[in-house]
Amino acid sequence: MAIWLTKDSKVIVQGMTGSEGSKHTRRMLAAGTNIVGGTNPRKAGTQVDFDGTKVPVFASVAEAMAETGADVSVLFVPPAGTKGAAIEAIDAGIGLAVVITEGVPVHDTAAIWAHACATGNRTRIIGPNCPGIISPGKSNAGIIPADITGPGRIGLVSKSGTLTYQMMYELRDFGFSTGVGIGGDPVIGTTHIDALAAFQEDPETEAIVMIGEIGGDAEERAAEFIKNNVTKPVVGYIAGFTAPPGKTMGHAGAIISGSSGTAEAKKAALEAAGVRVGKTPSETARLMREVLSGR
Amino acid sequence: MDLYEYQGRELFARHGLPVLDGDVATTPDEAAAIAERLGVRAVVKAQVKVGGRGKAGGVKLAENAEELRAHAERILGMDIKGHTVHKVMVTTTASIEEEYYFSYLLDRANRTFLCIASTAGGMEIEQVAEESPEKVVKMPIDALKGVDEATAREIVTKAGFPAEVADQVAEIAVKLWQAFLAEDATLVEVNPLAKVSGGKVLLLDAKVTLDENASFRHPEHAEYEDKSAVDPLEQAAKAKNLNYVKLDGQVGIIGNGAGLVMSTLDVVAYAGEEFGGVRPANFLDIGGGASAQVMANGLEIVLSDPAVKSVFVNVFGGITACDAVANGIVQALELLGERGEQVTKPLVVRLDGNNAEEGRRILDSANNPLIQRVDTMDGAAKRAAQLAATGK
Repeated sequence: MAIWLTKDSKVIVQGMTGSEGSKHTRRMLAAGTNIVGGTNPRKAGTQVDFDGTKVPVFASVAEAMAETGADVSVLFVPPAGTKGAAIEAIDAGIGLAVVITEGVPVHDTAAIWAHACATGNRTRIIGPNCPGIISPGKSNAGIIPADITGPGRIGLVSKSGTLTYQMMYELRDFGFSTGVGIGGDPVIGTTHIDALAAFQEDPETEAIVMIGEIGGDAEERAAEFIKNNVTKPVVGYIAGFTAPPGKTMGHAGAIISGSSGTAEAKKAALEAAGVRVGKTPSETARLMREVLSGR
Repeated sequence: MDLYEYQGRELFARHGLPVLDGDVATTPDEAAAIAERLGVRAVVKAQVKVGGRGKAGGVKLAENAEELRAHAERILGMDIKGHTVHKVMVTTTASIEEEYYFSYLLDRANRTFLCIASTAGGMEIEQVAEESPEKVVKMPIDALKGVDEATAREIVTKAGFPAEVADQVAEIAVKLWQAFLAEDATLVEVNPLAKVSGGKVLLLDAKVTLDENASFRHPEHAEYEDKSAVDPLEQAAKAKNLNYVKLDGQVGIIGNGAGLVMSTLDVVAYAGEEFGGVRPANFLDIGGGASAQVMANGLEIVLSDPAVKSVFVNVFGGITACDAVANGIVQALELLGERGEQVTKPLVVRLDGNNAEEGRRILDSANNPLIQRVDTMDGAAKRAAQLAATGK
């Protein structure tokens, strides 16, 4: 088991023929991902050769699904085309759409989300502006390096890409069931809560690392959810204690507005829910070690 | 990106919303000329992105152009809560009978938009919400349907706008939504929205925030970039396409990925507690593909900050390979030398992840006394803080 992405997942890549798309398709294939196709209406019917693996190009997500049974799509589409591509994936009814693209206008993401809701939420959306999802040893949908760690019993959900890599590296000897990078934009598809709920249900996951950062109140809401619904141990980390208010810290959503969205408030909310929160990534890893060595 | 009031007013006017006639001025003469053209009593308002300018003396009423010139002279150059006034807005006046509040904003938690409306305007809406929550109406707006006339009517009714202004407010609600959508705004706030003598409803203030991610489809938004108010280092960084925020400490920070860089700031601040409160001097995310050129640009910006005493380069190689980063650092120092920049500040470098071994080897063999390699994030942060505090 793992969450949302397993060895049976059949993955397509929207934007596979672009430079980022082809670079990461090659990496995903090397990590063992079952990539069954890509989409590009202008190159439909052709194949792309990735070091000997020939991947067919389809005109649309719907066609790719009909031909291959694909159930996951990874989007490497420029910001201007992301809304259209995501809505295409939703309309085709694919189970999971992982939107890697950074710099998507928030009105577009809100429209994508509203469209997903209006059409019955058949598609789980991860991102945008995220590194994707990896179930080590099984499948990799996105840009998370597959060689940091292997399969194991920790579930990870994070707003940040490189902090995800850092945490996987710190705890590489334990391994991970699934790591989900949900992205740092103000509006995102899959939230901390969605991942926490899925990890709680996943028999392979014994403990959960949750990484948050300044901005919004997603961590506070996750804390409330943990208090009421999560019985597995959760260890947390929040980045941005030294961030000044009113400044966007790299991620579009990472901004303290007035007194809301501070790291202190998030840490306090998590601790009140029984989550042990590390001051640094290494301390967070240490807390997770303590949790797992006692089990 | 937050706009000045005068920019917001112009944006509203462009979308057919009723605002006061007026213009913006950077000198007392320009301000007087606007008052002359308006030909009536006029108001001069300091343009700063901070509240409380009325109390600070930044808003004045004038009976004629000469009086307005005198006010403008006093207001221009004034300091309001650390913000220097470089521009004033001059408009006609209105005799206010009733003050309302109206805004559209992004609702992150619900992943949609929100309309907030109240018949108790003119003061901070947070205060109204606290004292008389029944007077504040919050209505989610469907991102696909937006605000049509029926939705606008619903807002007007729920918020309890008086019957005599209902039609006008409904029309404003629709047009303001259209402006919000067309301009890719994340906030449009009007406080007060006012009924003035004669019964007309006008937008008397404008607070607008635009989504910078949408600038690819709004080339015209580039003019809103506020060069005068931005830190010179932040300006220089922006010109080089670097994601840089100036902070007030002594340890320059360069890292890859927003989350890791934020985390690096924190770790340096904790480490700095041991060394007399040394703190991070900046946020700088060089992103995924850190070429020698990007590293050189980043180092140049960070090293040109006179407050910086040491630099901490913290990279976890995911997609980025650490050998490329290490080469980037070594070449960047050479490049800066060629540009005639005398680099004297020590660099503490921590590399982990993709090709870290090779990256560390490259750093070692460069044999540059300015480069210190420390292989853990905590250890490197401590070293950088120590160097900033003691110089050794």
